This record gives sequence, structure tokens and C-alpha cells, in this order.
Amino acid sequence: MAELVTMPKLGFDMAEGTLVRWVKAEGDSVQKGDVIAEIETDKATVEVETSHAGVMYRHLVEEDTTLPVNAPIAVIAEEGEEPSQDEIDSLVSEAGGEPSKKEEKPEQEPEEKAPKAQETEGKTREAPTETEEKAAETGKEPGISPAGGVRSSPLARRMAEDKEIDLEEVEGSGPQGRIVKKDIQAYLESMKAKGREEEAEAVGEALQPLTAFTVGEVPEDEIVKMSRLRQAIGRRMQDSNQNFPHFYLTREYDTGALMSLRKDLNQLLPEEQKLSVNDFVVKAVALALRQYPNLNASIEDKAHIRRHGSVNIGVAVAVEGGLLTVVVKDADQKPVRLIAREVREMAQRARDGKVRNEDIQGSTFSISNLGMYGIDNFAAIINPPEAGILAISAVQKMPVVVGDELRIGSRMKATISADHRVTDGAEAAEFMKVLANYLEEPMRLLL
Amino acid sequence: MAKMTMREAVSQALWEEMERDERVFIQGEEVGVWGGTYAVTKGFYDHFGAKRVRDTPIAEAAIVGSAIGAALTGLRPVAELMTINFAFVAMDHIVNEAAKLHYMFAGQFKLPLVIRAVSGGGRQLAATHSQTPDAIFAHFPGLKVVSPGTPADAKGLLKSAIRSDDPVLFIENATLYQTRGEVPEGEDVLEELGKSKVQREGDDVTIVAYSKMVQAALDAADRLSEDGIEAEVVDIRSLRPLDMGPVIKSFKRTNRAVVAEEGWRSYGVGSEVAARIYEMAFDFVDAPVKRVAQAEVPLPYNADLEQLALPQTEDIYHAAKEIIYG
Repeated sequence: MAELVTMPKLGFDMAEGTLVRWVKAEGDSVQKGDVIAEIETDKATVEVETSHAGVMYRHLVEEDTTLPVNAPIAVIAEEGEEPSQDEIDSLVSEAGGEPSKKEEKPEQEPEEKAPKAQETEGKTREAPTETEEKAAETGKEPGISPAGGVRSSPLARRMAEDKEIDLEEVEGSGPQGRIVKKDIQAYLESMKAKGREEEAEAVGEALQPLTAFTVGEVPEDEIVKMSRLRQAIGRRMQDSNQNFPHFYLTREYDTGALMSLRKDLNQLLPEEQKLSVNDFVVKAVALALRQYPNLNASIEDKAHIRRHGSVNIGVAVAVEGGLLTVVVKDADQKPVRLIAREVREMAQRARDGKVRNEDIQGSTFSISNLGMYGIDNFAAIINPPEAGILAISAVQKMPVVVGDELRIGSRMKATISADHRVTDGAEAAEFMKVLANYLEEPMRLLL
Repeated sequence: MAKMTMREAVSQALWEEMERDERVFIQGEEVGVWGGTYAVTKGFYDHFGAKRVRDTPIAEAAIVGSAIGAALTGLRPVAELMTINFAFVAMDHIVNEAAKLHYMFAGQFKLPLVIRAVSGGGRQLAATHSQTPDAIFAHFPGLKVVSPGTPADAKGLLKSAIRSDDPVLFIENATLYQTRGEVPEGEDVLEELGKSKVQREGDDVTIVAYSKMVQAALDAADRLSEDGIEAEVVDIRSLRPLDMGPVIKSFKRTNRAVVAEEGWRSYGVGSEVAARIYEMAFDFVDAPVKRVAQAEVPLPYNADLEQLALPQTEDIYHAAKEIIYG
């Protein structure tokens, strides 16, 4: 029995998605759990897995098509099964979609290919074995694509590696779209035209003697298309900052004990498992929120506040062209080591563009940490529908007064942005004070 | 520089080496009184006498076998096979003796032997007399296999082969005897064995060829040039040892190659060169290496069919165009 694959809903506010790439070609066999396509949503590019096994029988949409959630995108048939057009149409209409428009395609393709095959067949004097080889060379077998997904010559691959070019972005002009040397050269030329290389060379130009200084060629303005992620961030942050009454409280924490504990623990851990300051902060915030459920909440409607049962901490991760918030579920119950591992893995996936839907869903309170950039103090915008976000700044050594003595201490500032519809200054201040108990006596985080 | 045919160049090389070293002698079918099937040794018999220009029976095993014996005793024989197709009759002597005696006797013997053999098709001599089985002989370690594409190389390489203490199979393409070219003067102008040579420079595609295919490659390069494609033509000249240096140097610049040979494609010279390119310059490959070779059939007698089966200039031209991608 053929099964329909539809555009998945990959987030509570996802209305539509763009199918950016088919991973399984028509005719490929698929196993349960195989990635069949990549979909770009407001938040990220995500992989669509199939819950059916069989054969990718029909793509119902082309790549780069934007579709509403639940729209049919593909038909998966059982091995050997060949559903008729009528069967596919009825499946689609059952799912509330329009009948497929791609029904003519199977008939078209052989016609397109036939003249090409003759062209490349070579002279009649060639032995039959050579004809077979030519067929292999021109790759007329459907569904066979090279390792890595992009057809490219070894030279092109090496050049792309040297120049840090993503081959996915390069258009190939060789047989079957193979990327060859001149395509890489053309790509580099086009990048140069866009002025990116000039930027890189600007430092060298600045060293010219002043007497010879003239205003050189200035790059022209560049109009850059916003990614869907960029647009989504813009919409949400504008909405949050304009419509929800934020207030901000800053407190300085003594991180001496925390830094010393972290140092001791990290000596016991292998390099790839080392704990960051942020991992402790996640745990501390989660425990403090457990005591202040009103901050682990969201506006339900005009008259109600939902206090979440779970404490799920969102951690903002910078990705190319924006940021994503990965979520440590039930962070109050998890040991710091597990938190560290989850954040590390999810952040890596986010940066690789391979984030999973569950990585970015369900946070009840967020943390934004710019400490690694040496930021002294900052305030963040609340990520709706949450009630607050905590901005963590750098741990710094500084002169502190202990008793009547001046000593070298370790300090870190944190600023909470809270939604005044949900909470007030006093409650948020108490939360910040309780947070101090955990951060300044970090043994509590290990219990 | 003097302009002469390849026939004259080969003849001159033999003459000069026989004058220079009295241990050098020639033996083969019709090489003496008749002056050679291809008239290469015309006049030799009268000048050098029957002892040094020896007519033999039609018995290639004896021609090669006795030459090997003579070489072991310190003479420097040049054994001539009327066509390389007859070398199969002498295969045991060539493969199991010539190629191995120096090794089997732990270097106690040298084998300063040259076997000249005429190769190639295109003269309506039919399937058994028109073969280009050069690659077979290049398979065996211990035997040098040389095949020139120009009169100058023919002279310089043959003189080096005669002066070499190793057995050398010197393959001459029959259709090249009439071709003319500049040949440097001087008895001691030699061409080193086992060195490839760039015959034409270019940056867009490397055409590797030897023997008769060198001229076809140069002609194809001229046609490509009209299309704005500059081909580099590398003449490998020696199948064993095979000097890949200039080929790889060129390929690293052009990133694409066509290998042209007159023999069959399967297990051929093109296969060997292509494999070495992939091994030695994989990261510089921008397109598959193309092999141009003879159709995989016994060569037809019919003149038109014969020409259709043999690799031509236009085949090299089209092969190059196929991997340039417009």
C-alpha cells in the first residue's frame, strides 16, 4: 500500500516550509527512519525522515518549493508496487491536497535522454563493450549519485577545500552537472565581484604610504536576501520588545568557588567532556526557577498564566546568519555533566545546520551567554512566550573588598530581563539572590 | 640539421654505429643482398660484407635466439624482424631469455642486443600482418621497448639502443618510413632511452602519444588550436621504462588528458598511462582520461574498413573536445 509523505510541522508556529533538497531520488529504496528530504523552516534546515519502508515512488514537488504544513510532498510505495495515477490522486485528495501535476514526467524523460545517448555513443566501429562504458560514463542509470551528494572532479574538490567553498553552492557545467575546475574559477570570480575578496585584502591596502593615498575603488552597496531564520528572528524580537513590558535587574556574582570547582572537576574529565561555566549556570538557573515557578511561566491568555511543570532551559547558540535556542529539558534534574553533553551536541548540530526539531522546542526560560566574547554586562530580549531571559557576561578577575582588605576576586555579572505582565521587580530580585546561593556555593549544583 | 626520411635516419644510425664499433652486426630476413624489406640496409652488404650483414632463413626464433647467443659472447647484434607479428614465433627467446638472462645469471652476462621490428597497420596487409602489439612486450621487466615518432628520434634512440648493454626492442612503424624531418648532424648526437619529450606546448589539454600517433596528435592539436584550445603533446618514445615526468608535469597544468596509441585499447598503453595519471595526480584530475586506440577487432583487409578501425587525427580531436566541456 502506497503511503503519502507530507510537509511536517516542525514547530508550534510553523505554517509553511521550503523543500530545499531531495535526499532520496525517485526509485531509491528507503528504510524506516531514512532521511528523504531537507526542509528549511523559519528556524533551521531540518531533515525529514520517513516512517515507511519501500521505494521513493514519486516526488510530488520540485526542490525549492514552499508549501503549507501537511501538504503532500512524496509517495512511498512498497517494493515492486506501482501505484497508478488515480491511486496517487486519491491519496492526495484524502490528505486534502491537489492532484499531482507531475504525471507526465515519466514519459518525458526517456525522450529527453534519447538524443543525448546517441550523440555520445561514438562510432559504429566501436565494440559493444565500449558502448556500455559510454553509458556508464554518461551515467544514464537513474538514482545513482556520487558519494557526498555533489558530482565534482577531484581537482574541483581540492580547489573547493583550499578555498573553503561549499560545493553545494557551485553550479557544475560538466556531464550531469559535474563541477569542474572552471566552475570553481567562475564561482571565485563571482565572489570577487561581490567584493568579499576586497574586504579580505583591505588590511594590505591600508599599509600604503599616506603620500600615495587616494580613495580607492569602493565596493558598491550590496542587497543581501534575508534567510528565513533572519526574518523569523526579526519578527519575534520586534514583537517581543515592542509589545511585552521588559524590566531589567543586574547582579554581580562571586565566581571564585565556581571557577575553582570547575578547575578541579575538569582535571578529572577528558578534553571533550570538559564543563563550561555556562553548564553550571544552566543547572543553577534551573534549580532557582524550581523555587520561583512564576518565572518559569508564560502568558496563557489575558487572565491566566501557565506555570510550566518542567524546567526546560533554552541556551542561545550563534549560528550562521542568526541564532537558535537549543533546549536542555528538565535541566533541574540532570547532572551538570549531562547538561554539558546535551548542550555541546545540540549546539554542534545547530551550527552544522542539522538541528533536530526536538533540540529547539519546549524551552520555558532562556539563557544568553556572551561571556566568551568578554562582554562586561548586557540585557537580552525575552524569547516569547517565556517570562524571562538571563544574560550572562564574562567571568573576570578584579579587585574586590573582602572585610577591609583589597583582594583579587572572580566576578560575573548577570542581567535578567523579565516580563512585567507576569512578575515584578521584587520577585525577580529574589530569584537573582537565590541564584547567588547556587552560583556562589557551587557544591549545591553537584548534589 | 639535415632533412631526411625516417628510413634514412634509421639507416644512418645503423651505418654510423657499424662504422664506429666493429662488434655491431645485422642479421635478418633479406637484410643483405636484397638490402632490407624496407630498404633500410641498402648498400650495407657491399660495404660491410656478409660477415656483418647476415641473411637468415625465415626462422624468427633462430634470428633472435642466435643474436642472444652472440650478445652473450660480447658482440652487439641488431636482429631485424620483418614485422613484429613474427616476434610471436620468437616469443620464448625474447621473454624468457633476452629479458631475463642478465637477471638469472646475477649480472654476470650483459645482453647488448637490439631487436628491430616493424609494427603497425594501414597498408592492407590484413589481420595477421598489421598488428601493433607493442604493449605486450612492454609488460616484461628486463626488456626495454622503444618506438620513435620522428626521424630525429629514430636516429638518436637507435644509436643509444645499440650502445646500450641492455636488450632493446626497437619498434618502427612502417607507415613512418617515408615521413621527413630535421635530423641533427653528428655521429654522437644521441637521444637518451626512457625519456618522454614534449613535442608541442599548450595549457588546455595534454595529448600523450608515441610512434605514428605523435603526428596524429600534432595534427589534432592544430585543429584544436583553431577552436581556441591549446594542446600539449607529450611523446613518450619509450614504453619501458615509461617516463611519466613530463606527462604529469603537463597534466598538473591542463588537468585533462587524451592518450593515443595505434594498438588496441584494452590493457594497452593508454590504460597504463591513464592509471599512472590517476595514481600520481589524482587531485589534479578534472575530467576522465580519454583513450584513443584501434577498434577492438582484427584489423580488416578492406582499405576503407581498415582506416575506420585505425585511430585517426579526428578521433584525438573529438576525444579532447569531449573532455573540455565546451
